[in-house]
Amino acid sequence: MNEAPTRWQRIRESDITHSFLSSPGAMIAAAITVACILTAFLAPLIAPFDPFDPAQISLWDGKLPPAWAEGGQPQYLLGTDNQGRDMLSTILYGGRLSIIVGLAAVALGMVLGVMLGVISGYVGGTTDAVIMRIADVQLTIPGILLAILINGIGRAALPLDMREEFAIYVVIIAIGLTDWPQFARVARGATLVEANKEYVQAARVIGLPGWLIMVRHILPNTLRPVLVIATIGLALSIISEATLSFLGQGIPPTTPSLGTLIRVGNEYLFSGLWWITFFPAIALVVLVFAVNLLGDWMRDALNPKLR
Amino acid sequence: MTDLLKISGLSVEFPTRRGNVKAVRNVGLTVSPGEVVGLVGESGAGKSTIGNAVIDLLESPGRVAEGSILFQGEELRGKDESEMRRIRGDRIGMIFQDPQTSLNPLMTIGDQLVETLEKTSGLRGQKAEARAIDLIESVGITEAKARLKAYPHQFSGGMRQRVVIALALAGDPELIIADEPTTALDVSNQAQILDLIKALCRERQVGVIIVTHDIGVIANIADRVCVMYRGEVVETGPVAQILGKPQHEYTKSLIAAVPRADVKLHRFNSVDYIEGGDDVRRRIDVQTHWLGAARTANASGNAIEVQDLNLAFTLQKAILKKNRKMLRAVDNVSFNVRQGETFGLVGESGSGKSTVARLIAGLYTPDSGVIRINGQDVSTAPRDPQVIEARRALQMIFQDPYSSLNARMRVLDIVAEPIRFYKLTSSESETRTIVGDLLDHVGLGAQAAIRYPHEFSGGQRQRISIARALASRPRILICDEPTSALDVSVQATILNLLKDLQQELGLTMLFISHDLPVIRQMCDRIAVMRSGQICEIAETQALFETPQHEYSKHLLDLMPRMDLLRPVEAA
Repeated sequence: MNEAPTRWQRIRESDITHSFLSSPGAMIAAAITVACILTAFLAPLIAPFDPFDPAQISLWDGKLPPAWAEGGQPQYLLGTDNQGRDMLSTILYGGRLSIIVGLAAVALGMVLGVMLGVISGYVGGTTDAVIMRIADVQLTIPGILLAILINGIGRAALPLDMREEFAIYVVIIAIGLTDWPQFARVARGATLVEANKEYVQAARVIGLPGWLIMVRHILPNTLRPVLVIATIGLALSIISEATLSFLGQGIPPTTPSLGTLIRVGNEYLFSGLWWITFFPAIALVVLVFAVNLLGDWMRDALNPKLR
Repeated sequence: MTDLLKISGLSVEFPTRRGNVKAVRNVGLTVSPGEVVGLVGESGAGKSTIGNAVIDLLESPGRVAEGSILFQGEELRGKDESEMRRIRGDRIGMIFQDPQTSLNPLMTIGDQLVETLEKTSGLRGQKAEARAIDLIESVGITEAKARLKAYPHQFSGGMRQRVVIALALAGDPELIIADEPTTALDVSNQAQILDLIKALCRERQVGVIIVTHDIGVIANIADRVCVMYRGEVVETGPVAQILGKPQHEYTKSLIAAVPRADVKLHRFNSVDYIEGGDDVRRRIDVQTHWLGAARTANASGNAIEVQDLNLAFTLQKAILKKNRKMLRAVDNVSFNVRQGETFGLVGESGSGKSTVARLIAGLYTPDSGVIRINGQDVSTAPRDPQVIEARRALQMIFQDPYSSLNARMRVLDIVAEPIRFYKLTSSESETRTIVGDLLDHVGLGAQAAIRYPHEFSGGQRQRISIARALASRPRILICDEPTSALDVSVQATILNLLKDLQQELGLTMLFISHDLPVIRQMCDRIAVMRSGQICEIAETQALFETPQHEYSKHLLDLMPRMDLLRPVEAA
């Protein structure tokens, strides 16, 4: 008893690890998610071609079907798109873009939402009313419409020549700003519970200032439900990005994300070129499904009451 | 006379991933009709588990591993769920601890009774209602007919518990299992409910198992008692014998640890039988230590002055003033606490005693009135540096040791927080040394610093709370029911620790409790509170011997009668 367990031992012995190891669904979901993220980030190493390198693209190889289909070529495993880019490579690079946008947007929404939520819950009164009413109003507008709106304003504000270059940041901000009310609500709820607990009162009696109590005491204790929302939010953000790109509002086709690929492919669907849209769509579904499963498991494991 | 219930060789285990936990080991117990059997023990002793095993409502994944449960000669073990459901309610009634949660808030009292009656005795309509009125009357609720239409929230805690008893009686059971039936109630209700259970038991020849941690309850109601310790029955027999001449060491020390209301002792008797009793702590010399540096030589005057304090909570908001409903939680309260004394605030739940403590600690802002800490008015201008400085002299220890520590911080960081914030030491290594000393001094040991709160028991957590309170070198300590969430044996060691600290450091203490014997042992002067007002302020001795106010007399009369325990002291 005298020896304190190391951090690693604590993690290994924890209930959450146990719950994870006894849930096959969660392990498969985690494996797929990790695989998706790894392959996406290692894209430059494992992808057979670099879709951004014009020297490797030949229009003569355009619209080739997958390798196993009639007329397919072995070096293009999943076929090529209309510009002659290897589908497998573009999916890997596109997936990377989708994941980056998703993560960044969730991080933005989370930081903003949690900050406002904790302040709202702890300070209360008029501050609380103002923040939460803004959140309520925002929640009455469908998320994707709002994202399109913010995205449109952001793009219009940029000079023409910078639009392509900064498109990705605009998309991140648009999705992040759409996400925050969810986080704010959850964080506020958790804060209301925590703020009434005696450890917060003890901190007040010590004389700690409000911001320190919020940062040091309340924030860490609200993170569990926030983490759950963030995981599910990641899946939603990836979809939002795909939707924006599919509508032609997001990432431009020169550096395609999964959503852009699906849109481009969609135009050729009726000409029989199914693979251009099919494989990116499958990649998107698998990624989102795995992240969602992981989020569901985390919700059950961390907070059974949230069910 | 045959036994109504005969439990023999009962073992209950809870399989967990770290192995089987045996909550109950080889327990034997019999109950006859018309007899009250008490199961007494501290938390974790397995006393509730026995009751739950009888009615087959063990919390998952618990299961009965061995033994038999014979109810009227019929083996209950291995009965399937539908058979058990008929037995529960119909032949075995249950009374749970919290009347708040054992009634459905959306149904009227009458509907709940009628529903139960329809299920258990097959009565319908008018007949069921007539029977419901009978039941309500039999548990001592007047105007039964009108009350049937009331919802649970319209009843007080004691009344609700009566309704729960009526529900338990609805099926005309032969056996009633009451799990801590009075723990959530005030003393004034406790005595009445116990009397009611005992009377019903005699009248209807019902066997009763009463599960409790409170020896006072046992002394008042039980015929026979089983003392449980760590899943085993250590001693069983008639109440007079067990409480008067306990044989087992554990029983002896458990009884000795119950605070006495009749005489003031220097220290509380601790339960020596349980490992880790007090005085294993390595003390530090406060004369020379950092901790003692804030001591001032013989300060005189008042440490806390409270004048005409008022606070009302809004129960119902409304734009029109006359439609607003306010609760006067604190109503013109005035008192002074002298330097170095222990001042007690006593009252039943809802009397406003905790609210007064929180007002003084600055957690609530008063509507009107003046609070002075060491002469400095702190009730206005909370951001004034002088006010902040004055408040630093005051620290608070809370009731619930499970929520009063931040679960995500190490003990070191919890205790060091005020030291670091006020920069009371010159270096981080000094801070660590002092935190270690403080933990040693409260009897935890310095190695506790690297652990997290969840690794400690309730009593140990309360020691961490005390160490944290000491870390800002306070002169005044507010203790808000510091031991109500703890077992008797732990209570004694914590209260002794507080007493020692007060003497060593010359602290002024404001001690809040609903427990009169504890108050008597701790305090020099006492204020009795009722519905936001102070009824009486008196010296401890005077209050207990010659109470002046009607309510004080009433409270003292309601103290559990512990006469049965007295022979122990003589021995």
